[in-house]
Amino acid sequence: MASLIAGVAEPPSSFAGLTTALAVLMLVIEFGMLQATLLRAQIRLYAAQSVVISVLAVVVAFARDVPELYGLAAFSVLLKVVAVPLVMFRLLRRTNQEIAGSRALGVASMVLLAVAVAAFGFFASARFQLGSPVLPAAALAVPVAVILVSFVLMIVRRDVASQAIGFFALENGVSLASLVVAAGLPLILEVAFLFDLLVAVVVFGVLIRVHHEQSESLSTEALTELRG
Amino acid sequence: MPAVLLALTVLPLLGVVLSLLPGRWIAPAVSVTIGVACLGLTLTLVPAAAHGPVVLGFLRADAISVVFELGTAFLYATAAVYSVGYLRGEHERADFSRYSGLFWVGLNLFAWSMLCAPLMNGLALLWIAVEITTVVSALLVALDGTRGSAEAAWKYVLIASAGLGIALLATIVMDYAGASVLGPSFDLAFTPLLHAGTALPHPAVQLAFVLAVVGFGTKVGLFPVHTWLPDAHSEAPTPVSAMLSGALLAVSFYAVLRYYQIAATTLGSGFPRGVLLVFGMLSLLLAALYLVEQGNLKRLLAYSSVEHMGILAIGVSFGAPIAFTGVLLHVLAHAAAKSNAFFGAGVLVRAYGTKEIGRIRGGLDRLPWTAPLFLCAILALSAMPPFGLFRSEFQIVAGGLASARYVPAAAMVALVTLAFLGLSMATTRMLFVPRPGGPGAATAPRGEPSAWMVAPMVVGVLALLVLGLHPPDALAALIARGAAELGGAL
Repeated sequence: MASLIAGVAEPPSSFAGLTTALAVLMLVIEFGMLQATLLRAQIRLYAAQSVVISVLAVVVAFARDVPELYGLAAFSVLLKVVAVPLVMFRLLRRTNQEIAGSRALGVASMVLLAVAVAAFGFFASARFQLGSPVLPAAALAVPVAVILVSFVLMIVRRDVASQAIGFFALENGVSLASLVVAAGLPLILEVAFLFDLLVAVVVFGVLIRVHHEQSESLSTEALTELRG
Repeated sequence: MPAVLLALTVLPLLGVVLSLLPGRWIAPAVSVTIGVACLGLTLTLVPAAAHGPVVLGFLRADAISVVFELGTAFLYATAAVYSVGYLRGEHERADFSRYSGLFWVGLNLFAWSMLCAPLMNGLALLWIAVEITTVVSALLVALDGTRGSAEAAWKYVLIASAGLGIALLATIVMDYAGASVLGPSFDLAFTPLLHAGTALPHPAVQLAFVLAVVGFGTKVGLFPVHTWLPDAHSEAPTPVSAMLSGALLAVSFYAVLRYYQIAATTLGSGFPRGVLLVFGMLSLLLAALYLVEQGNLKRLLAYSSVEHMGILAIGVSFGAPIAFTGVLLHVLAHAAAKSNAFFGAGVLVRAYGTKEIGRIRGGLDRLPWTAPLFLCAILALSAMPPFGLFRSEFQIVAGGLASARYVPAAAMVALVTLAFLGLSMATTRMLFVPRPGGPGAATAPRGEPSAWMVAPMVVGVLALLVLGLHPPDALAALIARGAAELGGAL
């Protein structure tokens, strides 16, 4: 513990720099998801974000000597980079690939909104001063920004695929938070959250199957049977 | 006694495995047997937990856990019995054998995850158990395979999972807070957190508590993150709706209570109570407004669940010992009353072939058992004496007056009365207004679809009467102990 605390006083180590860079990269990819016009692009961006989080897990595993994280990284590559995107491609094979029209806002206002929300998350979480011992004070700020932007993504894109991807990105954001703030957190938590991903994919499959019989639409405008 | 904890976490899993066996009668028989056995086992925990926590490895049952465990086990047993009758009505489905197979496996798995949650000794395991309840129940909501159920399951998965993501963030922040005081080997167990008390970093605990209320509150059905709840409750198979409403919401509230305990020890009770009061009041207000002029029977009961979860949050925010007693009793009485109401609604829906309140008329003439029992359940939900919810809500309001929260207490009484208006108008129309005459009106036979669907309701009303008239001494001791734990006793 003492050596960990000593790290705070020094200038940012290459480890801190690398993790922050990777975390910011995740945020940038998420901004890409906000304005993706094709389903395939959306899913590829998610796979790319998942690659980044897996690399980050390896970096943390190496730097902080938490060997279990290698296992998590391998599992998350298998599931989030390979399995989930493949299943999504397969489920959406027969549907219209064009989702540009699902934006509730114009691209510019959407990105501005996301920037505002991300900035809010960034500065609000900095006020809590939850720097992890080996990481700069921004450790929690970037994950919070990633999580908030994923909410924006789920809200402003009115197609079920983007909603699903938004939730998957949220999961990536929470993984990021657990890696940078609490690398010692029991791994089983992470793995349990991955199960949610799987169920989301299964229910997504049911939804596509049920709706495919009536229409080709992926728009959430069709999901208005239950209200009041 | 610790062996009981192990049995409670293993038996339902055994039920899952046995439900996979071929044979039409194996799964129902196994589920009913194990459900009743779990209820019996939980009852044996009552006297022990009233004297202090029962611990076995990573399982731990104190008085608060046993109260929630009791409600869940009661739902498991009654819902299993009810399902036998419910599935008989699904026989005409083309895929019946697949449907019933999945149903029984899902029911046991769902009950297992909910029985595990209150027994977990630690915030990490608790989060995982709540997470598993989401995973299983989402699949159960989607089971019917209709457009409506697919839509409901999708909204449920997305909203509840996003909520659980926030709850995981709360767990992470609490882990950070604990580890900064208790060292890196800290594993999120309750007792060290409660003992660390004021030493925990305050901003982190504040953040964790608010995140937990929003995150787990999504599954509790607190405003404004309740939006999945009416959809999922109305589209799930009826026994699952009953379990969602009576047990799942309560189990999620249990998670909020654990964070409340830690936050109240660390920060003093002012901050957590304020947060819960705001969420509780808004939920109660929204639910009361939606209950008036609700057109769908199962949605009506779903909004009533939002109302009662709001009452629980308000009860905790009052903070007087008698309010805590009321909250814990309310959990049990709500489990019995809401499951009864859903069971009755399921029979009404089956008999009339619709969930539209406007098309259900003359229930008392047609259903000689269900209609009076449903009426009892609705009166109980409206906190009428002599049922258990009268006693619990009375205690909560008394607690509000005792801690000088006059305005919230008065607002609560007013909103509960408004909710009563909505519930009673709908019920009166369905049960007492005679069927309109016309061709086909006289052909509907008088009688119950299945005795299996009536028996659990009789048990539920008896339980409500016992809770309302004179709770057994052992239970009263358990609740008193639980209230003391909530008030800060270790």
